[in-house]
Amino acid sequence: MPKPLMTRRQFVTLAATGTVLATGQTASAQSGFLHWMGRWNERVERLLFRADRLGAELPPAATTPVDAFPSYFISKTMPVAPDGWVLKVGGRVARPRTFSVEQLQHMARTDMRVRHHCVEGWSAVAAWHGVRLRDVAEAVGADPQAPYVEFRSFDAGYWSSWDRESALHRQTLLAYGMNGTPLAPNHGAPVRLYSAVKLGYKMVKYVTEVNFLSERTGGYWEDQGYEWFGGV
Amino acid sequence: METTDREARWQGKRPQPWPIRLTHWANVPLLLLMAGSGLEIFAAYPRLGPRGGLYAWYPWQGVPPPAWAQFGDWLAGGRHWHFALGWLLVLNGVVYLSYMALRGEWRRRLFLPQRDIRDAVLMLVYYLRLRRVAPAHDLYNGLQRLAYSAVILLVLVEVLSGLAIYKPVQLWWLGWCFGGYDGARVVHLAGLGLLAVFTVAHLGMVLLHPRTILTMLTGGKHA
Repeated sequence: MPKPLMTRRQFVTLAATGTVLATGQTASAQSGFLHWMGRWNERVERLLFRADRLGAELPPAATTPVDAFPSYFISKTMPVAPDGWVLKVGGRVARPRTFSVEQLQHMARTDMRVRHHCVEGWSAVAAWHGVRLRDVAEAVGADPQAPYVEFRSFDAGYWSSWDRESALHRQTLLAYGMNGTPLAPNHGAPVRLYSAVKLGYKMVKYVTEVNFLSERTGGYWEDQGYEWFGGV
Repeated sequence: METTDREARWQGKRPQPWPIRLTHWANVPLLLLMAGSGLEIFAAYPRLGPRGGLYAWYPWQGVPPPAWAQFGDWLAGGRHWHFALGWLLVLNGVVYLSYMALRGEWRRRLFLPQRDIRDAVLMLVYYLRLRRVAPAHDLYNGLQRLAYSAVILLVLVEVLSGLAIYKPVQLWWLGWCFGGYDGARVVHLAGLGLLAVFTVAHLGMVLLHPRTILTMLTGGKHA
């Protein structure tokens, strides 16, 4: 088979970059100074990140009223899980496999009530119930050398990619419940990514795939110019 | 004896040595762009207090800053500018403070209560037109020293409260100092308001004493 000019991923990246530059909306973010400082800031962010530093667990009274907790999706209408939805976990893993909601619910459950930090500046508090991503990583035998984790969804292709350390933080969950109830459709049912250590846009809702990767990829907002690390 | 000491110390020194002038003027674009990009970020959620718990005392909930005051095109751009220029602002502050410490400049610039409080009060009385003549002073009067020292503290608070908002989990202890994440946002915005007040007053005083602009440009005559 002849070697292709570029891989599909390279093509997608190139096309996305071209689109971003053509719209000019983030032209400033691509300029030398800001780009360089962005790289610098990311190094600082990764240096500041400590795997054992936890987002504060908050009391029930701190919970934001559920109708005051914003939610959004990029699809034109509320994304609905396809029939027979399963979560695919793959990439650099020893035992790629799928998980149904029931299978996730049978794994060790973690509950946490933490503050949510949106890139827009607002904060809100909810309790989240789910499986630690690190437990899922262990179940599939994720390669400890794979430094990146990518999350895909059925919300019009919304996606994101993370550094491994944040993904395997003990407060990073594949959540199937919120405030004591099953996850509502507007908050990402059946399963969403939730973490105390990332900004909201990094926490992909309506998750379909988790991939452990060697190469860093981007994300829906990241490709438009938002910070890739997005830690809090 | 004390007077001659003080005179001797500043013998041959210009009122505004070049490192002071450089860092002073660097503040103009840096603070303007930090304010603009900060307001761009604030415009994404122009409210104070968490979702479902907005602070009732804040009268301008939901009122965005005017478009002309925003810088960075959109939220991501505002963030990139804010987090990039923040470093330059800190660097500028470190150079300024180091210079003041190493060259002893802090002695004639910073507010030392024991020395300056009486002078500051007399100056205030003078400005309030309750006193005909201003008290004698050297480079700065007590009120100036108070204002310039306060504004250094203010920028420091801005940097720290900004870091608390930037990393509310990793730097949780900073957030705790400011009453949590939403408290730090209040402090950060209030700090901007106070910096604006200082700047207006500073410009007003400079207009009343235009020669100081020249001194800040050329360094002034050797003492």
